[in-house]
Amino acid sequence: MHELTLAESVLEIVGAAARRAGASRVTGVRLAIGALAHVESDTLQYCCEVASRDTIAADARFSIERPPGRAWCAACAAEVGLERWGMPCPQCQGFDLSITDGDQMRVLDIDIA
Amino acid sequence: MCSSCGCGHDAVSLDGKPLDHPHPHDHGLHRRSARSGAAAPTGAYRPLDAAHAPGLDAGRTLKIEQDLLAANDALAAKNRARLARAGIFALNFVSSPGSGKTSLLVDTITRWQHGPIAVIEGDQQTSNDAARIRATGATAVQINTGRGCHLDAHMVGHALAQLERQAALTDNSLLLIENVGNLVCPAAFDLGEAHKVVILSVTEGEDKPLKYPDMFRAADLLLLSKTDLLPHVDFDVEQAIAYARQVRPELPVIALSVKSGAGMAEWLAWLSRGQQAAAAHAG
Repeated sequence: MHELTLAESVLEIVGAAARRAGASRVTGVRLAIGALAHVESDTLQYCCEVASRDTIAADARFSIERPPGRAWCAACAAEVGLERWGMPCPQCQGFDLSITDGDQMRVLDIDIA
Repeated sequence: MCSSCGCGHDAVSLDGKPLDHPHPHDHGLHRRSARSGAAAPTGAYRPLDAAHAPGLDAGRTLKIEQDLLAANDALAAKNRARLARAGIFALNFVSSPGSGKTSLLVDTITRWQHGPIAVIEGDQQTSNDAARIRATGATAVQINTGRGCHLDAHMVGHALAQLERQAALTDNSLLLIENVGNLVCPAAFDLGEAHKVVILSVTEGEDKPLKYPDMFRAADLLLLSKTDLLPHVDFDVEQAIAYARQVRPELPVIALSVKSGAGMAEWLAWLSRGQQAAAAHAG
């Protein structure tokens, strides 16, 4: 359940930023969790809601964007879409893929009041 | 991780004692511990270093753009720099529970003839594994993660300090870190190691690399363990390697058995090359 650890990271980042901005509360948190990221996004969202209790972000709405997976296929010399790890290149069915997008786990922005 | 504020890893212990340290991380988040001018901003929070006048805005959006693992990665970089200065070759062993990680470490230490080896053991509970390592004469520190499912760079930083206090971090030596047995969570957490080494025993399914791709993708070496059992199990070695290379193209593989000794020379040679390279770049 490393989602709870990651949710605690979210709230550390959010809390530090909000406090430095002089906010009294956080009303929204927007995350980017790529389709290839090493986390279950529904679980992370739930863990954020649990971990935010008794914090400055207790009333925040957590929303998660899911950037799609992208990879560079060495055989095709092209960037291709990749639904998840372990799947082949949709063009050549090869596996010589290196990720170019979709594995991020990031706090994008927060709404403060 | 932190025994004084209860945030995060309150149940973590090192050789049975709670981690104790000044507070390098930010507790401003917790209302109960927030106070004005608390923790100083760290490098990890750069995007918001610009000054904001408190209380002037009724409501607005702040751009953050910060990775969730940034704090862990910064600590991992410190661990890595500390190890690099001493020329220590550090490996992070990851696998499911029961793949033979500790047996492999014990056998490796017994056979190794190129100086001392220090070990960091990670488990939720008990110091059984550290005791097995110490029985070989090597120095071991046991991290108990409590409910935690993985080691992180913060815990390993404390363990390195403990090894240093015991004068067990020898220049140009080996450091073997046995992570919590778990094929999922440890993949995401950099500890400052040179390489993650994933162990897959032949008593598991050969499709584990497809079921748990993150771990095999994160690894730089696959050890196929318990090969002495191959005559008794339906494990297709070639298929397992092919699956692993679907998620991590060109992943090097060494098949070995601590029971028969098969493959151990190849594994020790791999370790020795890594140690020499780390020593050559020390300082």
